[in-house]
Amino acid sequence: MADMTQPVLSVRGVGKTFPGVKALQGVDFDLAPGEIHALLGENGAGKSTLIKVITGVHPRDEGEVLLEGRVIAPEHPGEAQSLGISTVFQEVNLIPTLSVAENLMLERQVRRGGLIAWKQTAVQAREALKTLGLDIDVNRALGAYSVAVQQLVAIARAVSLDARVLILDEPTASLDSDEIQTLFRIMRELKAKGLGIIFVTHFLDQVYAVTDRITVLRNGRRVGTFVTAELDRVDLINQMLGRELAEVSAHRHRDGEQYRGLTHRIQVEGLGRKRMLNPVSLDLSGGEILGLAGLLGSGRTELSELIFGVHKADSGRVLLDGEPVSLRSPRHAIRAGVGLCPEDRKQDGIVAELSVRENIMLALQGRRGWLRPIPRGEQQALAEDMIAALGIATPDSEKPVGQLSGGNQQKVVLARWLVSKPVFLLLDEPTRGIDVGAHADIIQLIKTLCSEGLALLVASSELEEIVAFADRVAVMRDREKVSELSGDEITQNNIIEAIAQ
Amino acid sequence: MKINERFYPILATVSVLALLYGYGIYEHRAFSDSYVLGNLLTDNAFLIITAVGMTFVILSGGIDLSVGSMIAFVGVLIAELVTGFGFHPLAAVAVALAIGTAFGAFMGLIVAKFDIQPFIVTLAGMFFLRGICFVINLDSVPIDHPFVSAVGDFKLPLPGRGWLSASALLMLATVMVGILIAHYTRFGRNVYAIGGDRHSAQLLGIPVEYTLIRVYALSGFFSALAGVVFAFYTASAYPLAATGVELDAIAAVVIGGTLLTGGMGFIAGTFFGGMIMGVIQILIAFDGSLNSWWTKIMIGALLFGFIVLQRVITRSFSGMRAEVQTA
Repeated sequence: MADMTQPVLSVRGVGKTFPGVKALQGVDFDLAPGEIHALLGENGAGKSTLIKVITGVHPRDEGEVLLEGRVIAPEHPGEAQSLGISTVFQEVNLIPTLSVAENLMLERQVRRGGLIAWKQTAVQAREALKTLGLDIDVNRALGAYSVAVQQLVAIARAVSLDARVLILDEPTASLDSDEIQTLFRIMRELKAKGLGIIFVTHFLDQVYAVTDRITVLRNGRRVGTFVTAELDRVDLINQMLGRELAEVSAHRHRDGEQYRGLTHRIQVEGLGRKRMLNPVSLDLSGGEILGLAGLLGSGRTELSELIFGVHKADSGRVLLDGEPVSLRSPRHAIRAGVGLCPEDRKQDGIVAELSVRENIMLALQGRRGWLRPIPRGEQQALAEDMIAALGIATPDSEKPVGQLSGGNQQKVVLARWLVSKPVFLLLDEPTRGIDVGAHADIIQLIKTLCSEGLALLVASSELEEIVAFADRVAVMRDREKVSELSGDEITQNNIIEAIAQ
Repeated sequence: MKINERFYPILATVSVLALLYGYGIYEHRAFSDSYVLGNLLTDNAFLIITAVGMTFVILSGGIDLSVGSMIAFVGVLIAELVTGFGFHPLAAVAVALAIGTAFGAFMGLIVAKFDIQPFIVTLAGMFFLRGICFVINLDSVPIDHPFVSAVGDFKLPLPGRGWLSASALLMLATVMVGILIAHYTRFGRNVYAIGGDRHSAQLLGIPVEYTLIRVYALSGFFSALAGVVFAFYTASAYPLAATGVELDAIAAVVIGGTLLTGGMGFIAGTFFGGMIMGVIQILIAFDGSLNSWWTKIMIGALLFGFIVLQRVITRSFSGMRAEVQTA
């Protein structure tokens, strides 16, 4: 290990706050030269934000970043790149309309007498690709190639920049296993040359295959840094998902069976979609909370989206009291009484420019159809009821939702579904990015909803949370349901073991 | 060898031009005379020069609506400087080009720094410059100067009865310079990159804001140069001159095969696009039975065709990407 040498990159007490969300708090991180360092954490843990702070996409609010002992504050990725920090971002950040050679050589084309010498530039581009064992026509447009090839081109570009630090932000998502092996080989070669590599991924196999150390982030804080060889898989998942192994036994050991037949019953039968989710079956009734546990990419979000009709399922069906529900679009789902609080609240949940009242009215109005507007007075009354009932911290119902904190935004999304009175509510990561106070409110709210007879499917990466409120837990892994726990079986340990198997 | 898909639009443009020209020669014997070619290059010089600047703007993903007003403004300014203040025309030209470039840079600054749609910024520029024309001068005035007449009389003979005027030569030189900037400088390539994907360009370390400012400055320069050509060509200045030229220039760029959303296209294509518009005009004049508005109808029809062609080509790109991403 290279621990004793001076780190090539150090992050000291870095913090970053976005409106309503503390994305990073006092994060420390060290990268040694000649080391492959995994950066792990669930969605929203702060991995991407940390990388964006290091590379200058976002300015940091506090703390410092040191490159070889010197404090740096790049203002954009270009500056970070010229300092020696190259990044391959999650999505391919290249220009599809330009040729492969140009993408590799942008801003560093070979010039003769002030003009670009295309032949030499193409030669250099080809050489850069050769180190990755990629032999393609560099004069064709990048967009003509598959995403996997584009990703490799992006890596070739980053590698050829004389970098001292290479950041790979989930580069393997679009690669097949051969391509991943190629990438690992290249990573090891670069490591041997003394580069420090930060590797972000959510595939644990890859972490164990190629990394030296692991840093885990959760909720914007560093949980710890570990030597990969000394941390077993169960411990690692524990670090990512739960605070400690101590059991929180606050959960309600109830028997779901007693509700069957009394209220609505929802059956999901073999719902799936090719390359998205293997068929999943669930059965739950009103007054019951079914927790959905699993790591990022396990199919949690995909399942909710299929039920809600965001994507079309190509197999299976959903029955409500024995009647099939149309899954053609969210509109049909809403009509049938299904609601979804999406994972990405900002993008898919709220309309930031509209007021609290308007946001709360959206689903109800959608259900009634635009021909029957809800009278303003009624809207006002409903909105104010909700603000009071959920304790939404807003001066009045006309404030744009975008200006509220994350927790209050989430309450508005919940309020929207409460006024439209669904029978089945899907909550995808309802407490992500929410401060502690609002967190407890939301959990309380989920329990209240349940006791009012709603059927709830709650996906969460916070195991403690799931253990605390779920009647049953469906565990997802690799895009399928791998087990279902109920009653006393619901413990963090059992869930982690089911995920880690 | 497979032809690179990026060249399809410009191949279409050249084919259309060849077909139209071929049709002209087939229908009217006089069409093959170099006199027609010389006139074509001269009459469309100011439009093509404007369109070269516009190509850079459109390649970057923007639009510049101020170019028509710029042409009129430069004409009125030169007339005022030469006849009112006794400037030598060359000095007046230098002043006009400097002001045009600076005004373009100013609009670019607003577009880049405040991240405002170029459409609205250059629309403001269009009204502003047109208004300034009337502040300087309300009427059409001649630009009387021996130098202006001398430039107007310059003729480089072509084989046949035709010749190349100073305007035509300047236009051809502009196209060459445009090609060099677009394809052989880092600035030019950065323009393509920004138009292709601005966010990615930023992450690749391209100075996006600075490049955009230079793009609008370049368009300001080229449209001011077009104004100079127009003023010398007509030897007069009129505040309402060149109304709607911005739209003609955009049409020339699109018919020339440049993607209206940016990132793909060629300066040479713009030249051919401008020539196509000129040839249509001459064809309709030669025909005699159609009124001149048929030019607009033809250009409109061509635009429809090219827009659809572009869509088909870009879809073959993005279709592939989308398919893999859902995997």
